[in-house]
Amino acid sequence: MVTPERCKKLNIFEKILARASGRKEVVPGEIVEANVDMAMIHDLTGPLTVDSFHKIGAGKVWDPKKIVVIFDHLVPPSTIRAATLQKGLREFVKEQGIKSLYDIGQGGVCHQVFHEKGYARPGELIVGADSHTCTYGALGAFATGIGSTEMAAVFTTGKMWFRIPTALKIHATGDFRKNSTPKDLILKIIGDIGEGGAIYKGMEFTGSTFTNMSIDGRLTVCNMVVEAGAKAGTVPPDNKSMAYVRSRTKKPLKPIRSDNNATYEETLEYDAAKLTPQVACPPSVDNVKPASELSDVKIDQVFIGSCTNGRIEDLRLAASVLKDREIHNGVRMIISPASQEVYQQCLKEGLFNTFMEAGAIVTNATCGPCLGGHMGLLAPGEVCISTSNRNFIGRMGSPQSAVYLANPATAAASGVVGHIMNPNDLRRP
Amino acid sequence: MDIFGKAVKFGDNVNTDVIIPGKYLELIDPEELGKHALEGLDPKFTQKAKDGVILIGGKNFGCGSSREQAATALKSAGVKCVLAESFARIFYRNAINVGLPALECIGISKKADEGDMILVDLRSGTVENQTTGITLKAYPLPQFILSLLEEGGLIPHVRGLIGKR
Repeated sequence: MVTPERCKKLNIFEKILARASGRKEVVPGEIVEANVDMAMIHDLTGPLTVDSFHKIGAGKVWDPKKIVVIFDHLVPPSTIRAATLQKGLREFVKEQGIKSLYDIGQGGVCHQVFHEKGYARPGELIVGADSHTCTYGALGAFATGIGSTEMAAVFTTGKMWFRIPTALKIHATGDFRKNSTPKDLILKIIGDIGEGGAIYKGMEFTGSTFTNMSIDGRLTVCNMVVEAGAKAGTVPPDNKSMAYVRSRTKKPLKPIRSDNNATYEETLEYDAAKLTPQVACPPSVDNVKPASELSDVKIDQVFIGSCTNGRIEDLRLAASVLKDREIHNGVRMIISPASQEVYQQCLKEGLFNTFMEAGAIVTNATCGPCLGGHMGLLAPGEVCISTSNRNFIGRMGSPQSAVYLANPATAAASGVVGHIMNPNDLRRP
Repeated sequence: MDIFGKAVKFGDNVNTDVIIPGKYLELIDPEELGKHALEGLDPKFTQKAKDGVILIGGKNFGCGSSREQAATALKSAGVKCVLAESFARIFYRNAINVGLPALECIGISKKADEGDMILVDLRSGTVENQTTGITLKAYPLPQFILSLLEEGGLIPHVRGLIGKR
């Protein structure tokens, strides 16, 4: 039945939250109580969630089929304490009858594994006890990070309150030039709007750049919306993302898209064809400069991996730069494929041979050095160029170290010459 | 609900990595976490905070990681309330959930200095700088957040919901 009074056009964020809270309409600023479709914890936020869950005293979780547990931050455990926490989390999973556990050797970085295993579905409301949960917006979900106690409340009730966000539209056209990538686009956007530029907001990515963009690229873009403060980010679901999700799950999909003429606080326009490789300089993600302006910055370490840029396309790009080249003397390069699946694909394609011939080491799938957890922390005074998402003081080790964020080609090329460079300026091997 | 204390001040974009670095995330005990609060930005912070302080921040306070340990570490170190120009949303929720009041107060970073004595009325959102005599109005907390804080955070609140009290 047509309801003539329903004239307000809703954007995708409003529509998903309205659907999840059983409402026809919502307005920004309004607070709704929504039913959560999927919830995710990992080995660092999970133990605290379990601790809070026990303090609440509910006994049983609301729905074990809607909970996914992924071990990724400190795997394999780097300390006795980490091993003990992981042991406790395994026991919780068992006693609660949670089937979706991706233990060491079964998955990898949570924000890769979650969608590889088909849990990131369009139109769904997903919360994860990790800020980069926003990644799943690449497949049309409303996905956002929450804290551990909040997650314990979700485990108890299956519900959570949300303030309906306002939304920004990012409209991009044009094709990327060689060695410019979705990472450079999202860095450029964050540099323009600032670290708090999308605080409390949703960011919707539209235009031919995004429709032509691979799923890997969309995941990179949505992964970093939280670095601008956004609550969620999304590329509207299309044939490409629906096909990806269908190849990963048998569950029926109910995609939701913004109404035509939905309301946005602002629309920002970008031309991807004008974009050169970008670098976020310490100590904030919005301190973005073209890579070509940073050739004075000498580096000690390169990290290629993470939930931002540890996917197969990223590793192919890094390999294309490293092929027949050697890493600069005195520089160490650590490469972490984002999941077991990505790892196997690298093996099939022979990418690891290229990496090892260049002098890099390849780790198991882990968050590892990105958060200063393990497998490559920085000493005082050291500099790292990393494909991850944060360059805060002390993020990857000593508070006196420095982290520059870049795309995998820029990171690999910088490793070859020993200082930051635009990968297009690398001489032929 | 009045909160009174000495101001400790930081700038814009104080992120959760500097509030509590990743290497401490294996810690669950609030007291242990509190010992390392903000050590990357100000190694003397825990010393300053131990008798109870009001933390003043700029824009986007608590940005970055979802680690709830950041809010817990601040509370445990002695922070009684955080006043900032704006908050990153996950930190904001975490703070309220662990029972640490957080108020958006436009202008606070210019109208309060380190060491000023600050009185906050949570109910009305009135922020009085008793050192300078300036009064500011923070966005008052919605009723359900006030009740959550009165109950002591999200755990007692959810216990109430499921009839565990």
